Amino acid sequence: MRIKVLFFAKLREVFETNQVDISFTGSDNKVSDVLMVLREKGGVWKDELNENKSFRIALNQEMVTKDAMLNEGDEIALFPPVTGG
Amino acid sequence: MTVRVQTEDFDVGQEMLGLRQKNPKVGAVASFVGVVRDLNDGDDVSSLTLEHYPGMTERSLEDIVSQAKGRWDIYDALIIHRVGTLLPLDQIVLVLVTGAHRGESFKACEFLMDYLKTRAPFWKKEQTSSGDRWVEARESDKSAAMRWENTRDD
Repeated sequence: MRIKVLFFAKLREVFETNQVDISFTGSDNKVSDVLMVLREKGGVWKDELNENKSFRIALNQEMVTKDAMLNEGDEIALFPPVTGG
Repeated sequence: MTVRVQTEDFDVGQEMLGLRQKNPKVGAVASFVGVVRDLNDGDDVSSLTLEHYPGMTERSLEDIVSQAKGRWDIYDALIIHRVGTLLPLDQIVLVLVTGAHRGESFKACEFLMDYLKTRAPFWKKEQTSSGDRWVEARESDKSAAMRWENTRDD
């Protein structure tokens, strides 16, 4: 299962990338599994995606929690709380 | 179109006319315009850069408009939000609501702004005299949005 992960605003800057692609061998993965894979990269990834950080998660452009289930080709986005208007 | 995300400026009068001109039942147009200030958290702001999540931004704004239409007796609504680099005095956001009477239109307009500020994926970065910085989400915006969860339509 391949998942596209996008980053916006401060997270895009800190990670120095706007996209990462992740593959899982199984099929019953959740958003939290993606977060775990990203945290394993260490450094800023571990810091910014820590449980106590208040980042938001979108799955296929809808806000979700880390328990949301994933499907092949899904698009996840991770970003700070929004500040428009 | 109910929702527009654009770099260009907008003309409030023209947009207002466009939203109401074909409907003689409209008796009220409520509006909100957000403008860039030259000061935030004690620092001079020389410019502002707005980033967004193309696709999700439009979807979330359309969802907010359809919620407003479901809650209040209004005819139509329009949201225009600018992105890119903006300067103090520039317009950032426009919300317009048409209805038969002012009460419902005012409420829907305020609801649209409160929900936009906490749900639509936009992020502001300020260029200030002490460097560039991402604007932090405010607790007051969260509370403003929360109150609509606790009140039923009246």
